[in-house]
Amino acid sequence: MSFEILTFSFMHRALISGIAIAILCSVVGLFLVLRRYSLFGDAIAHSSFGGIALGLLAGVYPLWTAYGVSIAGALIITKIKDRYNISGDASIAVLLSSGIAVGLVIIGLSGGFTIDIFSFLFGSILLVSVDDTILILSLTGIILIVILILYRQILYSTFNEEQAKVSGIPVEKINYLIVFMAGITVVTSIQLVGVLLISALFVIPNVTAIMYGKGFKQTAIISMSFSIFSVIVGILVSYVFDITPAGTIVLMAIGLLAGTMGIKSAGLLSKN
Amino acid sequence: MKIVEINNLTVQYPDVKALDDVSLVVNQGDFLGIIGPNGAGKSTLFASMLGLNTKYKGKIKFFDKDIRKSKNYLKELGYVPQKPIFEKNFPVTVTDVVRMGLRKESDENKIDEILQQLWIHELRNRRIGELSGGQQQRVFIAKALVNNPKILILDEPVTGIDQQSIDLFYSILRELNSKQKITIIWSSHDLDAVNQLANHVACLNRTLFFHGESEKFFSDDKLVKQYSEASMQEHMHHH
Ligand SMILES: Nc1ncnc2c1ncn2[C@@H]1O[C@H](COP(=O)(O)OP(=O)(O)O)[C@@H](O)[C@H]1O
Ligand SMILES: [Mg+2]
Repeated sequence: MSFEILTFSFMHRALISGIAIAILCSVVGLFLVLRRYSLFGDAIAHSSFGGIALGLLAGVYPLWTAYGVSIAGALIITKIKDRYNISGDASIAVLLSSGIAVGLVIIGLSGGFTIDIFSFLFGSILLVSVDDTILILSLTGIILIVILILYRQILYSTFNEEQAKVSGIPVEKINYLIVFMAGITVVTSIQLVGVLLISALFVIPNVTAIMYGKGFKQTAIISMSFSIFSVIVGILVSYVFDITPAGTIVLMAIGLLAGTMGIKSAGLLSKN
Repeated sequence: MKIVEINNLTVQYPDVKALDDVSLVVNQGDFLGIIGPNGAGKSTLFASMLGLNTKYKGKIKFFDKDIRKSKNYLKELGYVPQKPIFEKNFPVTVTDVVRMGLRKESDENKIDEILQQLWIHELRNRRIGELSGGQQQRVFIAKALVNNPKILILDEPVTGIDQQSIDLFYSILRELNSKQKITIIWSSHDLDAVNQLANHVACLNRTLFFHGESEKFFSDDKLVKQYSEASMQEHMHHH
């Protein structure tokens, strides 16, 4: 393996975007996992499939329509869930299947599959442009700042809604904010791992980090580190061996999870 | 000074009338024990006072202001729920939980102070889910107290807790009320504990059938007997 690959500018863009997305997914994903909403990212990603198909049909840059459709879909399903008292997992199923259904119908209308759709399904991190990179960095920055500012409120309403309400926290607004941020995060991350593997980045580093028995900030930092490690190693390894980056990244994350479980069952992780 | 004033509070759930025309005043410095059997409406009363249940008839005022109009009173209030629900492996330490109760991030050293006061300082870096019931409960009291509230509301706080923790807990409550002058509203079905601690008693069983100084209640054998019989009936009714 030569270090020459580190001098390619497409590789710089891939690594920079990848690291930003890794941080974003691990932070937003932590709140989703703790809200027992792990598959919500997956559902948003599938609904973005409908948005991407819409963009391809209309001749608009597909990620823009994906942002619109995914965020709208996520907010609407949350509203419906609260209004009609549908359980979280059922609402995820509804969102997920309607996104795919819309996508399939649109693709049919447009006269069949185009090759473009595959890069959205499986990611295309080595192809990100300078503009994409700037967009990814800006959105990551904005969302991280919002989370940093509202960190206590978001954590508190995730921990216990009722008590948060009594402490005067606008729990419902916070819930919608999280859904909104999840929508942006998912679509932004599609370029890295594609529609099909999004929830891996949301869930696996966080489930791994939670096992270390630490407090909130440390758990978030451990998760971020694992996420960044998986993305960097995944991108480099996949390039060297000419395999798909998305799959390699996710396998790295799974490797860290398996390693952590191994350490834990060997009793090497103390309880606190 | 009146802190809480409840007028003609009625709560009708689809199946039951949980509270029927309850009126009650709590004054500054009161240590009020609300006693009543399971299903008497104690948690419903608290939910209404805390703004968690808004479907009630009647009026609830804190500091002379209708809680439907202003939520400011919540700033002066600490609440310890009957059973705090959270995931067992939720990644927060004792300090993290107490910090949630803090309104201003700048008051960080207040956390250490309150942890010491409640004898849980050495647990500060442990995850909340690893602690015993009694320790968890003290953490939630710390969280409720960290903002220096004027009123503390506790909903059957000793359910499922060992006797040693209960004794410590009661001595903490007594000190909060007598030394720090915090008004305490506390629900329980332990008559003896209420007799020892509270200076006011309210007997609730959908309706309020006694409210006054605890000496008056406990010196009146007829009242105590009446209460016990009502609870017994309720008890048998439930099984
Ligand atoms: N959210 C609710 N919806 C419908 N019924 C309720 C609800 N909460 C409590 N109840 C009913 O109201 C009555 C009073 O309950 P509660 O206030 O919990 O009493 P306590 O706290 O004194 O045990 C009970 O019959 C209970 O089943
Ligand atoms: Mg109750």
